[in-house]
Amino acid sequence: MDNAEVLRIRNDFPVLDQLVNGQPLVYLDSGATSQNPLSVIEAEQEFYEQRNAAVHRGAHHLAVEATEAFEDARQTMADFIGADYVETIWTSNATEGLNLLSYALSNAGLWAAQGRGDQALKGLALKPGDEIVVTEMEHHANLIPWQELAFRTGATLRFIPIADDGSLRMDQAAAIIGPRTKVLAFTHASNVLGIINPVQELTALGHDAGALVVLDACQSAPHLPLDVKELDVDFAVFSGHKMLAPTGIGVLYGRQELLDILPPFLTGGSMITTVTMERAEYLPAPQRFEAGTQRISQAIALAAAANYLTETGLDRIHRWEADLGQRMVAGLEGIPGIRVLGPAAGKERIGLAAFDVEGVHAHDVGQFLDSRGIAVRVGHHCAQPLHRRLGLTATTRASAYLYNTTDDVDRFLEAVAGVRAYFRA
Amino acid sequence: MSLDQLYQQIILDHSKARHGSGLAATEAPEGTSTGQSHQLNPVCGDEVTLRLAVQEGKVAQIAWDGAGCSISMASASVLSDLAEGMTVAELHEVIDSFREVLRSRGKVHADPELLGDAAAFEGVARYAARVKCAMISWVAAEDALNQAA
Repeated sequence: MDNAEVLRIRNDFPVLDQLVNGQPLVYLDSGATSQNPLSVIEAEQEFYEQRNAAVHRGAHHLAVEATEAFEDARQTMADFIGADYVETIWTSNATEGLNLLSYALSNAGLWAAQGRGDQALKGLALKPGDEIVVTEMEHHANLIPWQELAFRTGATLRFIPIADDGSLRMDQAAAIIGPRTKVLAFTHASNVLGIINPVQELTALGHDAGALVVLDACQSAPHLPLDVKELDVDFAVFSGHKMLAPTGIGVLYGRQELLDILPPFLTGGSMITTVTMERAEYLPAPQRFEAGTQRISQAIALAAAANYLTETGLDRIHRWEADLGQRMVAGLEGIPGIRVLGPAAGKERIGLAAFDVEGVHAHDVGQFLDSRGIAVRVGHHCAQPLHRRLGLTATTRASAYLYNTTDDVDRFLEAVAGVRAYFRA
Repeated sequence: MSLDQLYQQIILDHSKARHGSGLAATEAPEGTSTGQSHQLNPVCGDEVTLRLAVQEGKVAQIAWDGAGCSISMASASVLSDLAEGMTVAELHEVIDSFREVLRSRGKVHADPELLGDAAAFEGVARYAARVKCAMISWVAAEDALNQAA
């Protein structure tokens, strides 16, 4: 990709074409939420204009059309991550996916204790003495559900620490992940550090220990080619709104043999076979985990977003964004008083950079940049423990996507260079 | 609205001066009734712990510790200058007025007679995301005042 292609891409994103505080918008907050191309907006609109109906019920024409579009969207998302159709479960977002999984696992314990369900459930149940392992760099969404699962089951939560450059202490990972580990959950790419974790190495450690391996793919699925089978993880989650789709839709991937025995989290309509007044039997995945009327238009829009990314080419997007990330970090490192979190310039990172400005609070940095039309995120980015580890409470984060040019990065860097003088730091 | 209208000179000055800052190093005067309040904005991590000492119906001392953006720190500093020597009723009135201005989205103008330097925060009302920054120490003061008085 080059700037000329990006300028053509930008024509697909109407929201980017506006002035903010009198200046052309520079949107560098895609790590929080991304913008939608026309094809995605139109896919959702087309559904409501032509095909809106409840799926998986009703024999009428619209119901059939809606169900086909909804299930086609599932196949598109399965293909997008290298999964099988039945392994691709709709959620509201990654947070819901991780909560679904953590509750299904605690339900596994309840079922196993009463002799309900498959014999293999006993092996998935957590009990006191078992361990759940996460990392010190996790987003709260991949931390708190595991804290709560530990609380419910009596298991112990442990974490793999990071080194000062943000990389995981793999020497310690090998010591921490062991026979007691039942779940190993970690992020593919850090939303703060921009670092890409060694997924296959961690997964091998987890599997050697007999643990379930859960991947938070929120910052990878939108930005680089993802193949869950090649990575060999047992579960993976990501959110649609970070990959050009609307809010309210996400995906949970799980290996079929695990999904089919795990108890459901939410129960109700659409996920059952036989129901009596006393009890119910449940469908296999994916319906097993999709109680109630689903997010149909959002699922269809997410598939449109995946198609947009696939057509553009995730390899190409990844390389372009990595270049933008390097440009950011190299530029930031040249500004006095700026401390970039995570890998130094020249080291691999995705297209985002979080940084501290000496003597100026992140909120003020964000306000200053906004006055120049530049949108960034400020705060702890839902990673308080990581910030605490790095001796900070809040940072500023710029995160790029396929619609950002090198000019965007340069305007951002020029503005950052003026921050400390303005606030007399 | 320009950035300079938000970050008025007086705000930038107070964000560095931080009058009243240094809670741990300050003892409450003897014979006063004190109240202390800790307030946290979980969105940005702004944090203020503020203690008020009241004697004979008047604010005898105000002291605070905090970490946060320039708006939150300047606001605590301005409040400290204003509050000392006020009666409890006066401080309540000032806090109520400040809150009304800040929550008005720019519709209610600050009364400089009543608010003094705190009138400089009028511009913050137009930045919904920053209103809590300006309010955090004032919420702490109100809470502390209710304990002490």
